[in-house]
Amino acid sequence: MNTLAAAWSWLTSASNWSGSGGVWNRLGEHLFLTVVCLVISCAIALPVALVLGHLGRGGALAVNISNAGRAVPTFAVLVLLLLTPIGTHGQWPTIIALVLFAIPPLLTNAYVGMRGVDRDVVQAARGMGMTGGQLLRRVEVPLALPLILTGVRIAAVQLVATATIAALVGGGGLGRIITAGFNLADTPQVVAGAVLVAVFALLVEGVFELVRLLGPRWVRGGG
Amino acid sequence: MTAPPDDCLARNEWICGDYLSSRRTILWDAVLQHLHLTFLAILLALLIAVPLALAARRWNWAVGPVLGITTILYTIPSLAMFSLLLPLYGLAASLVVAGLVLYSLTLLVRNILAGLRAVPEETRQAARGMGYGPVRLLLTVELPLALPAAMAGLRIATVSAVSLVTIGAIVGYGGLGNLIYAGMNTFFKAQVLTASVLCVIIAVAADLLLLGLQRLLTPWARERRA
Repeated sequence: MNTLAAAWSWLTSASNWSGSGGVWNRLGEHLFLTVVCLVISCAIALPVALVLGHLGRGGALAVNISNAGRAVPTFAVLVLLLLTPIGTHGQWPTIIALVLFAIPPLLTNAYVGMRGVDRDVVQAARGMGMTGGQLLRRVEVPLALPLILTGVRIAAVQLVATATIAALVGGGGLGRIITAGFNLADTPQVVAGAVLVAVFALLVEGVFELVRLLGPRWVRGGG
Repeated sequence: MTAPPDDCLARNEWICGDYLSSRRTILWDAVLQHLHLTFLAILLALLIAVPLALAARRWNWAVGPVLGITTILYTIPSLAMFSLLLPLYGLAASLVVAGLVLYSLTLLVRNILAGLRAVPEETRQAARGMGYGPVRLLLTVELPLALPAAMAGLRIATVSAVSLVTIGAIVGYGGLGNLIYAGMNTFFKAQVLTASVLCVIIAVAADLLLLGLQRLLTPWARERRA
């Protein structure tokens, strides 16, 4: 287990944490990419899913887009985007690829959540004279929130994973520590980078789990 | 001095027939490696997942740890997973297979367990009443009834595995991912697009194949729908 000891000493050596290629900087890039892309993909996917769910249309689209997202390799999309004219614009190929892969879980879960709202409740709200907009904002979205948040959680974890792969095509983030380790044939560094990425992904998942546990009952769902 | 040939390869076009004909063997080898890695990983994952799911159903205390550990494994990004296995396997195909097995486990265990739990208690009682022993009950009643849910998991796991094999390019065993990786470094558009499209074709074909297998294995579901 020499490699593990070497990976540990890589992780505990201060020089690996500072500087432009250091862990702190890479972590910042990874976090930035994840958050920015999560915000963009939520801004795109959630309104579409909520409106489709409200109208009860486009169910096939919402389900199929999820299957398509699984079948298309992330790596392939990243490289394809890199070779298009967009590829010369810094982080944009990475951001576009990340958003593309975060949209399916958001769309599918939010749509399923909206359709899962008890029809009797919807009828009652209509009977009380609610307009479509009021029904959407005050009844359907609150009741669908647990599943919408599940979608956001899956998308966030997916974003962390995709951002890691982006390092293969020259994107920033913690994945760069791994790819640099491979290029240097430095197994301890590869392992150290992988541990950092794994811990980061688990932390992101943990934060969402915490929100779910500590949130008010209607966020937790089921309850 | 002769002028360079003015074909789609020289112009570096995305879609190039000459690429298909001149690199047929390379493409075929990559597809075979891709299929080989996927098949091996899914087979091994199934062999591990079925006993795990059965154990989790038999002993209640095992459910938490089994689902917890497989979920944690699923959360670890693929590139990190392959990297973590590097000290164990080195730059080898078995590294990619092991990584894919760990990924597929979550989906398979969850779905098989859900399928087994969905078997109605009355059905079990009826089989026992007819004198079925535990093994016969499992093999001829419970597993067939759990099949649709298990197959759903198997399809998702297979499609995901086909797409994840490409990441294996980092250790040189990525099937079509190798071609994408090499194409990226040389800005070879036709190679990247062809390999990517082939990847998607393999995923869709595998999905349809498994769907057909499921229809074949569960004729009762078909009759009900008709």
